Amino acid sequence: MAQHSHEAAHVAGASHDAHHHQNWFQKYCWSTDHKMIGMQYMFTGMAMALLGAFMAYVFRMQLAFPGHAVPGFGLVSPGQYNMLITNHGSIMIFWVAMPVLIAGFGNFLIPLMIGADDMVFPRLNRLSYQLFLLSALVLIASLFVQNGGFGGAWTAYPPLSADKHYNLTPWGSSLWLIAVVLEFVAFLLGGINFIVTSMNSRAPGMKAFDVPIVVWTIVIASILFLASVGPLVAGAIMLLFDQLLGTSFFNPTRGGDPVLWQHLFWFFGHPEVYVVMLPAMGIVAEVMTVFARKKLFAYKTVIYTIIATGVLSFFVWAHHQFVAGIDPRMANVFTVTTLLISIPVAEMCFVYIATLYGGSIRLTTPMLWALAFIAEFLIGGVTGIYLGSSGLDVFFHDTYFVVAHFHYTFFPIAIIAVMSGVTFWFPKMFGRQLNEFWGKVHFWGTIIPFNGIFIPLFILGAAGEHRRIFDYSNFEHMSKPWMIDMRIAATVSLVVMLAFQIPFLINFVWSMFKGPKVGKNPWNANTLEWTADSPPPHGNWAVMPEVHRGPYEYSVPGRERDFWPQDEKV
Amino acid sequence: MNIPTGRLAVWWVLVSEIVIFGGLLVSYVMHRLGQPEWAEQAAHTHLWFGATNTFVLLTSSLSAVLAHRAAEEGNGPKAAKLLHLTCLGALTFLIIKSVEWTDEIRSGFTLQDGGFWSYYYTAAGLHAFHVIVGAVIMLWVAASARKNQDLHRVENIGIYWHFVDIVWIFLFPLLYIAK
Repeated sequence: MAQHSHEAAHVAGASHDAHHHQNWFQKYCWSTDHKMIGMQYMFTGMAMALLGAFMAYVFRMQLAFPGHAVPGFGLVSPGQYNMLITNHGSIMIFWVAMPVLIAGFGNFLIPLMIGADDMVFPRLNRLSYQLFLLSALVLIASLFVQNGGFGGAWTAYPPLSADKHYNLTPWGSSLWLIAVVLEFVAFLLGGINFIVTSMNSRAPGMKAFDVPIVVWTIVIASILFLASVGPLVAGAIMLLFDQLLGTSFFNPTRGGDPVLWQHLFWFFGHPEVYVVMLPAMGIVAEVMTVFARKKLFAYKTVIYTIIATGVLSFFVWAHHQFVAGIDPRMANVFTVTTLLISIPVAEMCFVYIATLYGGSIRLTTPMLWALAFIAEFLIGGVTGIYLGSSGLDVFFHDTYFVVAHFHYTFFPIAIIAVMSGVTFWFPKMFGRQLNEFWGKVHFWGTIIPFNGIFIPLFILGAAGEHRRIFDYSNFEHMSKPWMIDMRIAATVSLVVMLAFQIPFLINFVWSMFKGPKVGKNPWNANTLEWTADSPPPHGNWAVMPEVHRGPYEYSVPGRERDFWPQDEKV
Repeated sequence: MNIPTGRLAVWWVLVSEIVIFGGLLVSYVMHRLGQPEWAEQAAHTHLWFGATNTFVLLTSSLSAVLAHRAAEEGNGPKAAKLLHLTCLGALTFLIIKSVEWTDEIRSGFTLQDGGFWSYYYTAAGLHAFHVIVGAVIMLWVAASARKNQDLHRVENIGIYWHFVDIVWIFLFPLLYIAK
């Protein structure tokens, strides 16, 4: 496959050495190296995660202790509360989950795992990151303009989002929308790069079914993103015109249709869930096979499952709109498709459990995170069955049950799987080992309070707590003592969880510079990135690798060692 | 996969473009079917301006194809000349479009004037934006083709240009002809 481009890649690999001396600016701000760009995405995403977490802290404090000044923020006004929940959601999905899972890991891992020296379009890759950084800056700027940031929820339903007389944030809502569109353009550029690179620059001998699962998942997620984001790009332009130029796409008083936006948004918004879920599943597959020392159960089935998930994800979007006035017959159809998509997702979980069966499991920090991913994501998936059924959704819609459900999916995706990946590939990124003890402290300090936050929210949601209320003390039936206690329990859990991120940050920075140095392959893993130096130089390998077998040949009977690297001849 | 990297990327760009225009046009068609009164507003569009522009744009694709052939023969300067001809077509298209829009706006049909005109200006405007971007890239490709460099790009920009044509072939009947 693509032999001619391999030769080109080999020549390019040699030419990287020619310009090895770069100054600080060229190396860190203007780099075309996929590893540097990947880490830039990752660090930007982590910084945005801190901002998003701070927002969560402020509004959870407001909900638990209404009317009290929040330490570090002050009194929360209703407008600020809306701004905080809106931007918390937007940031965590668009500026944390997407950049870290797809762009960060994708950039870092794809060329290393398929044996290429770089992406096929390195300068396009750099442009992608620069646009993304710009989008993050525009979003942050939108919080500080006159009348404050956008407060119409991350879904930005019109007419609230379309008319400044309703949302009261003429600047904030337009800047928010511009930031989102810039971010989409950045990921479209990056996604095309990922797809073309993995189609055309694989190492000699690497067939489609020798590609590690995580590369498959990131590439299929990129295709899903590419094929689903278009209507929302069009929708965002239409909404921006509604806001700024006075068009009437979504304005019902002048012949527009606000539900149209919901269709355009969720046609993207639901595949988006799988866009971030698939790479998380991929990371977990890599980590589990390495630390169970076992071949991945049913490799090809996993790939077909990933594709099935991707295809089905285009036919479930209207389950977000069961109460939006859609035709009840349509609600039946979307209930069925939504319940169908739980089959491939559950299948992936079963495959991972089957992979663990009979393995020699090592409970390292990355493995703990990977196991926790399956356990916690399962709760998110199972509660999704309730919400996908239109009959129940009418009751649960817009309650904290929904909030708890999607945090049980997104938190495992964007935090637990990311932590699994970061702790697993840290030695490759920086050539040093993270501290295992503090890694485990961080793990338990995150997982236990995480459940402490969201289990109360399931109960409160089932009791009818609506999600967009700023102060429940005005509602007698929502301010019973047990409800107030549960809100406080959730908030205290959040503060504890945030406090436990401090050991992680210290461990991360300290290990980057002072951790024990490691060799090429500290985990005895098979995939190609572990045959490069840690950290790999610009161009990745002095001699480009060739591939002789699949990525998961662990504990093969009759072999002395329990792993068999993909590039080993015999 | 035996598709050269650049061309493969162009095809993926087109996939993303198809869903962008697809989302916009499907929204328009659904709205239009629900609101028969839009037909009266659509009757105010200038059919002949639209038809002339269709002719201009389709003709400009011919020189893009000829430029591709010249590039395959290794004749960079000829390819550059033909690409410039395509750009001239793009310029003509945009001039006709601006005359048409000026007239419509003077007659009081503006972006704020209800659903049909919102779609009319937004869809045609998004298409015109693609014409401008395509023409700028084409000038850049022509500049290197003239020096016989990167001749494979002549084909890539040609593929993109045909796509811009095809979008217009959908827009023209939907916006001008449909009653």
